[in-house]
Amino acid sequence: MQAHSEQAIAVTAKTFVWVWVALLAMTVVEVLLAYFHVPLLLMLTALMGLSVIKGALIIAYFMHLKFERFSLFLTLFPMLIFCILLLFIFMPDSFRLMELRPR
Amino acid sequence: MAEARSETLVPASAWGGGASPFAMNSKKLGMWLFIISDALTFSALLVAYTYLRLATPNWPTPFHFSPSILFASLMTFVLLSSSLTMVMGVHAMNHGHRRRAVGWILATMAGGAAFVILHATEWRHLIVDEGVTPFSNPWNEPLFGATFFALTGLHMTHVIVGVLYLGVIAIGVGRGKFKPEDVEVSGLYWHFVDLVWMFIFPLVYLMSVHI
Repeated sequence: MQAHSEQAIAVTAKTFVWVWVALLAMTVVEVLLAYFHVPLLLMLTALMGLSVIKGALIIAYFMHLKFERFSLFLTLFPMLIFCILLLFIFMPDSFRLMELRPR
Repeated sequence: MAEARSETLVPASAWGGGASPFAMNSKKLGMWLFIISDALTFSALLVAYTYLRLATPNWPTPFHFSPSILFASLMTFVLLSSSLTMVMGVHAMNHGHRRRAVGWILATMAGGAAFVILHATEWRHLIVDEGVTPFSNPWNEPLFGATFFALTGLHMTHVIVGVLYLGVIAIGVGRGKFKPEDVEVSGLYWHFVDLVWMFIFPLVYLMSVHI
């Protein structure tokens, strides 16, 4: 327990500021994508990609998961990702309905 | 006897069990488990929002770049900055600076309160000026209001609860009661609230375009 806590404590405040700057920079990119009306599929892919990277940075550094035991990550996250992916099982139905829309 | 006890506390491998298999206190593990379950709740809401959005013809797109998206960007900036102040609070507490930690936690609370005020302003604009409610709107797509208010409302509730939670922590730390891990656990909750917004902001606001 000691080793992990010490690792987290050893991280300097500067690291957290850099993570914050990176998060802000990615947010600016997201807003610019909306401003320039990038094609829909490209925009959705870029936004979700950036959101996942931002989420990973928050979890790793701000929530200190990077400094916890790897077994914690293995216990919590694969099942979370699996459950989220299962939710997408409904999505093909929404695409079907989208195709059936009156044009 | 002493050897047997140390064996229980420090397992041979990460999967060896023992008293503390994840090398963390029970409060922190409890918060992680709560966060994972809450992440599933928000995931289900976001997927439901996306499903309905794709399946509904003429889904309303009331969030124009100026002022709505710029306003939501300001909210994102406030929330991201409050996450920085929170992690600084945890950092200060880990280094034994209690007064400094209280200052950072109060700054985080101020960020959270600012976010709630900005969000409430946006809601007021939608409800009063645009006529959007959870059951109806001028575009005759009631599901828009239902999903929008459910999603952002649940998130705003989390922010309000977080501000109150941090208030209790700040008072406790100021009185010399709480330990660094208590601040870290409250920090986990706060960062999770920030994390959820990182998905609501692009999906609801930035993707406010016709499909």
